[in-house]
Amino acid sequence: MNATASRIELAKKGHWKPLPFISDQRLRWGLNIAVLVYLLLVYFSVEVNWGRVAEGMERGLNFIASFASPDFISRTDEIFLGIRESLTMTFTSTVIGVILSVPIGLGAARNIAPLPVYLFCRTLIALSRTFQEIIIAIFFVAMVGFGPLAGVITLAFATIGFMAKLLAEDIEDSRADQMEAVRSTGASWLQWINYAVQPQVMPRLIGLSLYRLDINFRESAVIGIVGAGGIGATLNTSINRYDYDTSAAILLIIIAVVLASEYFSGYVRKWVQ
Amino acid sequence: MPLTTADNQYRWQRRERKQQLAIWAGWFVGILLFLICWKVISDNTIWEFLEDAGVQGLSLVNRMIPPDWSITGSLMGPLWDTLNIATVGTALGVAIAFPLAFLAARNTSPHPLMRGLALTVIVSSRSINALIWAMLLVTIVGPGVFAGIIAIALRSIGFIGKLLYEAIEEINSEPVEAITASGAANTQVLAWSVWPQILPAFVGTAVYRWDINIRESTVLGLVGAGGIGLQMNAAINNLAWGQVATVFVLIFATVVVSEWLSARIRRSVS
Amino acid sequence: MLKLQGLTKRYATGDLALNDVDLEVPAGQVLALIGPSGAGKSTLIRCINRLVEPSAGQVSLDGQELTKLRGKKLKLARREIGMIFQSYALVDRLSVMENVLSGRLGYLGFWRSLLRRFDSEDVQKACELLERVGLLEMLDKRGDALSGGQKQRVGIARALMQKPKLLLVDEPTASLDPKTSRQIMRLIVELCREQNLAVIINIHDVALAQQFVDRVVGLAAGQIVFDGKPDELTEETLTLIYGEEDWSAVDTEADEEEADADPLDSIARGAHP
Repeated sequence: MNATASRIELAKKGHWKPLPFISDQRLRWGLNIAVLVYLLLVYFSVEVNWGRVAEGMERGLNFIASFASPDFISRTDEIFLGIRESLTMTFTSTVIGVILSVPIGLGAARNIAPLPVYLFCRTLIALSRTFQEIIIAIFFVAMVGFGPLAGVITLAFATIGFMAKLLAEDIEDSRADQMEAVRSTGASWLQWINYAVQPQVMPRLIGLSLYRLDINFRESAVIGIVGAGGIGATLNTSINRYDYDTSAAILLIIIAVVLASEYFSGYVRKWVQ
Repeated sequence: MPLTTADNQYRWQRRERKQQLAIWAGWFVGILLFLICWKVISDNTIWEFLEDAGVQGLSLVNRMIPPDWSITGSLMGPLWDTLNIATVGTALGVAIAFPLAFLAARNTSPHPLMRGLALTVIVSSRSINALIWAMLLVTIVGPGVFAGIIAIALRSIGFIGKLLYEAIEEINSEPVEAITASGAANTQVLAWSVWPQILPAFVGTAVYRWDINIRESTVLGLVGAGGIGLQMNAAINNLAWGQVATVFVLIFATVVVSEWLSARIRRSVS
Repeated sequence: MLKLQGLTKRYATGDLALNDVDLEVPAGQVLALIGPSGAGKSTLIRCINRLVEPSAGQVSLDGQELTKLRGKKLKLARREIGMIFQSYALVDRLSVMENVLSGRLGYLGFWRSLLRRFDSEDVQKACELLERVGLLEMLDKRGDALSGGQKQRVGIARALMQKPKLLLVDEPTASLDPKTSRQIMRLIVELCREQNLAVIINIHDVALAQQFVDRVVGLAAGQIVFDGKPDELTEETLTLIYGEEDWSAVDTEADEEEADADPLDSIARGAHP
């Protein structure tokens, strides 16, 4: 209160400054200095070869210009097969991932799962979420060989981590009184899940699945780089050959698919509500 | 009506007949689509490889254990690069996404044409994975950390821009009216009534994206855009799985720490 | 001082909110604008400071025509007109002091306002106003930490911070309980009389209006249907404004409120429990 009183006295005399964002003075200065030191370290440790960058500018402009003349023709077959593979991988992996994420999400919700199950599911989720899809893809390609199957397994695994975590959080946040009410009717465990938990989390589950469908498509365009199928391999080749017209064509298709899926999921979400 | 009377008795069904049929039709189409997709994938898969998948996986894990700790010291430099790619890339992305979000939000955009342009930039940036941006940039500005930073920034623009412009569109318009009515200039209206309202969303989004970018930047090295991915790629090519395991452990630790930090910051700004 | 001539507003939807309104308000007069919801009260005051663009007609303040002003000149004109809102319209995350000082924005450059470099006189004035509305101790509290009545007091201080000639008040008590409503009305009217401001108060609580104002204007379907002293309001005129209803109930309710309002006068004058 003393601090406020002195601030009032000062303000009456016309001196006023807003309260600082971080009230602890030592923490505030510590953070400021830390940020400054970090910026200096970055400045001295990130080397940029500006000569090389300047050389590349022309190529950069070529790339941007190629969006005005995308080449869908010369590699039509590869593009078609790649996109078809990406789309099929996306759909299959999302379906499998979402189905598997339901039991794992239930297992990772502390309010309904016993501790050993909880720990197992949480570990699985942490593993899936920590590693970028590409790393997971490398692992599965080594296991099951090149091709879209490795991609499907990769994306499904990543989907499990994403969906199960959010689903578990959702279940943990859901209303305890509704769950008690259904349990007190003498319902079995499955009936309890079906009547008390499912109605509370279903709309969000559908929304998240659609979002994940979108993410999986975007990821399916890159895991081809390590041999896990999809359009990624074709895209990679075209970029390495500086065949930017084909790259532009593929990127435009990707953007169009993402836009379409967004439009579609917005429509479905409205319908589910 | 789900509730009907027949023979003086109530009959209850969960849904109307038409609705129920539509739902069944939806399931039918979905399952059919799944089977077709599965067929395409199955045709492109060499199933013989799968017979020893378990053996392959186990031997892979066996070769990873124990991790080769001797290279840990030499990985610190690349790890530092990875952190820088994520942090500086996010900062650049935020700096560009911030004005873009105001151009893209319906209630603050100066002109519908501007809005369309901003939305196009946001959707293009969002659709294209950081790794694709990195592949492109490596051919344009050459391999190295710089390409990684720009790639992360380009991908972050769309993500942050989208969440931010949605936050701007959801603000309470009354304080905006009040500040406008006091005769404040347009920039002051933004700074005094819009900005305080979107501050938590702004910090939350930026920190959340930084957290994602840490993960993303660990693999940029695969295409030559700097960071720990370079070492990972080299180790994989040499089939030195013990070293790969060390890289994985380092990545895991970094991601756990960054996730904790980001959750902490987001909690303190609400 | 304020003069409306033939003011008309037709919204894009085709609704005619104001139909040829003529009104003159001299300095120092407190005017209540009464009428049912949708009668155009809110549109009328928003046409004065151009938060809503009038379709036709003129608004002049001290001889200056406001409807044609653009850009900088409009902002200068808005500085002269304070406004108080139904749901307070405070910026939640700013402190009480910042909210009050935001009334000065029209007088300050962008960078100075961003860095919170307000003139010493402004800070002193803000302190006086906050003391007057009984909230000086709260200067560092965040806007969303206040109760409804407190928020409205901050809103009043913010509007008066502009040193306006004219005050527009939009349903100041609609979100408040009867006791607080009375205190807020009393505060507004007292402060305006001290500073000889012209005031237009939109209000639908007729009894409350009658008690405090000099003049009552009744608006129905976008047209002025009554203009006179508060005690000239009869049952017939109320019926004209609001439609058929048993109006004797309004009077008794007002008497009851009068009885228990007195002990709280000290709070209205600035003491804060």
